[in-house]
Amino acid sequence: MTWFRWIMLGLAIGLFGLFAYQLSQPKDEFIHSAMIGETIPPFDLPPAVADRPGLSSADLADGQPKLLNVFASWCVPCAAEAPNLARLEAAGADIVAVAIRDRPEDVARFLATYGNPFTRIGKDDISAVQLSIGSSGVPETFVIDGDGVIRYQHMGDIRDEHVPVLLAELREAGE
Amino acid sequence: MIAELGLAALWLAAALAGLQLLAGVVGLRDSGARIAALVRPAAVVQALLCALAFGALLLLFIRTDLSVALVARNSHSAKPFIFKLAGTWGNHEGSMLLWVSVMALAGGLIGLLERRLPERTMIATLAAQAFVGLGFYAFLLFSSNPFERLAQPPAEGMGLNPLLQDIGLAMHPPTLYMGYVGLSVAFSFAVGALLTRQVTPDFAKVMRPWVLGAWIFLTLGITAGSYWAYYELGWGGWWFWDPVENASLMPWLAATALLHSASVLASRDALRAWTIMLGVIAFSMSMLGTFLVRSGILTSVHAFAVDPERGTFILALLALNVGGALLLFAMRANTISEGQRFSVLSREGALVVNNVALSAILGIVLLGTLYPLLTEAFDVKVSVGPPYFNPVGAIFFLPMLVVLAIGPLLRWRRDSFERIQSPVVAIAVVALAVLAGVYFIAGIALLPLLGLTLAAAVAVASFLPLRGRSLRRLPSPVWGMVVAHFGVAVALFGMASDTAFQQERLVAAEVGDTIEDGPWAITLVSVEPAAGPNWTALEATLAASYKGGTPSIIRPQARSFWTPPQETSEVALLTRWNGQLYAALGGEAEGDRWQLRLWWKPFVTWIWYGGVLIALGGLLALIGRLAGDLKRRNARAQIALRRETTA
Repeated sequence: MTWFRWIMLGLAIGLFGLFAYQLSQPKDEFIHSAMIGETIPPFDLPPAVADRPGLSSADLADGQPKLLNVFASWCVPCAAEAPNLARLEAAGADIVAVAIRDRPEDVARFLATYGNPFTRIGKDDISAVQLSIGSSGVPETFVIDGDGVIRYQHMGDIRDEHVPVLLAELREAGE
Repeated sequence: MIAELGLAALWLAAALAGLQLLAGVVGLRDSGARIAALVRPAAVVQALLCALAFGALLLLFIRTDLSVALVARNSHSAKPFIFKLAGTWGNHEGSMLLWVSVMALAGGLIGLLERRLPERTMIATLAAQAFVGLGFYAFLLFSSNPFERLAQPPAEGMGLNPLLQDIGLAMHPPTLYMGYVGLSVAFSFAVGALLTRQVTPDFAKVMRPWVLGAWIFLTLGITAGSYWAYYELGWGGWWFWDPVENASLMPWLAATALLHSASVLASRDALRAWTIMLGVIAFSMSMLGTFLVRSGILTSVHAFAVDPERGTFILALLALNVGGALLLFAMRANTISEGQRFSVLSREGALVVNNVALSAILGIVLLGTLYPLLTEAFDVKVSVGPPYFNPVGAIFFLPMLVVLAIGPLLRWRRDSFERIQSPVVAIAVVALAVLAGVYFIAGIALLPLLGLTLAAAVAVASFLPLRGRSLRRLPSPVWGMVVAHFGVAVALFGMASDTAFQQERLVAAEVGDTIEDGPWAITLVSVEPAAGPNWTALEATLAASYKGGTPSIIRPQARSFWTPPQETSEVALLTRWNGQLYAALGGEAEGDRWQLRLWWKPFVTWIWYGGVLIALGGLLALIGRLAGDLKRRNARAQIALRRETTA
């Protein structure tokens, strides 16, 4: 039994060491996507607005890398990131979108107010496609390569500093 | 002035804790030293000073004195009185002051009343308590001063998070702290006994009421926390294996084991070293829990005010107290003999199995909780959830229940299987009948099937110790055991039943639609806006009819708070004796349809009834023990009095 007692002490000291190490480490709040390298599952969404076509998984595997933006008209950060989506579009990015739990007239009003950088917008009323690609909220932005494989996932709104990161990822996905 | 008075009282209390520690250490070295006589008075005065400091903070919150930083940050002049009061401990600094105060109060009570142990052990115990206490005083005074003044008092306070303005949450921290602090007393007794090598049945008897008290509070705290998560989060679950939940479960597991091993030590003078170790472990788990939730080292759904500096401080305290106690234990424990021997088939034998199983479950929960932290050190992010905890925990939990059913039937020291044959056969028959019945009728998964079987077996077995005994003369600790064990059966039945038989419907319904969910037919009557003092909501009116009976109206809401902006789901519950209908309203779907989430949860409420029964059992045992102590104390006093008069 004596060895058992020393093992208890050793385990405790090991734990304290682990705690001390982890406390001294910068807290990595960033959630690394588990979807990197996964192919987009098959889907086919109807158009969310009259003047843009809908979105299917085949559109994402047409040989060209794309940004896929998950948004909703009822989402405030989605409006906040609109200028940076416009900058991405101006830099030559092909941006497609999925509108989550939304109504066509609301989407149209949102795009009229904040601009429409999207070439295609699919309508996802029950978050089915959103969940299948590993997105848990709005807004999120994916970098998809020409084969329809997810190369990068950005959660939350796109701030100024994220624009070059997304462009670099997009360029890399095209190589 | 009041804040300065409180701060002065706190500093003085810390100084007295220092004196208590110093006098204790000197007194232990030289037992004749006069200074040892200071230990008990120091503990009592320290308690009074802490009470004064806590009273001062209470008064500051009642008056909403906004020149005090803590009040300005956490209170508001327009808050209801009860939440002003609760605001005192509804924050980091105030809750640490509460911790220290309750701990000092416990020390004062021991110093004033406890005379059963040898004086040297008492001095060592109170010195250990002062040592633990000093760490917390330092924490309060150097990094979490509750009495800090603001140079510029604001015109109005910032208020309390609306979600915390709930009577259940107002009572939550004091409940858990009572539990944690009770375990700190057990820890001090264990260290005191180790220092003087005096591990006797009396030691267990003195420690036991503190462990029982702590255990009752922890049981209630966990039960209430589980129910709160169930109705407030809107996910329909009652346990998520979240790190913060585990942080409260681990001390409870250790305390449960300690309670049982202490009763072996008290009655039979066995398991000495083991009981000491559990005394150390139980409080270590409390401190570990405090560290985990306040340092922010683990990601949890509970957003505490997290601060790495505080984390470092608590880690230092943890290492000093726990590391020191474990070192002492490793060095001293071989000088403590194991005590009386017993055969495997005996009450002690069953309690040893119970202790091993509880410790194993504790180890499993601890490993699962800390595993993400371990892998993160190697840059691998994992999360550990029910697929690990449920089956791995069950490996030890289910056999433990078998022992729980049979153990109380056994005699101390040695027993024969022949003597307990007939009740064991009866329990087995009940278990097999339930197993076969449920299996053939319902065909459910293995874990809930075993759960239902063992719940029935334990329910029957928990009353068997009453056989052939006069119910009126039965000591209340035995009643306590019966009620607590029956509570385990009730809670387990609720868990297994909800897991096996709950029926979920997720629909997008139009007004006028009727949805079938198990025995219920639920009609969506209307969806209308509603408003409260600081929120607006969509409120659905549902008419729910059980097996075609008269419909009852329930109203789930989807609420939006605006200070701070937050969406919450206010679920509507319809409680019957045999379960709950649980309804949550989601958003609006296409074409005037409304998302509705409906669960029929058979017997789910029995989980919490069981928890309350377990705590009630503890209370009965505690009352019995305290009454017994009082009786013995009076008897001793009378004998002493008689001696004096005859002399």
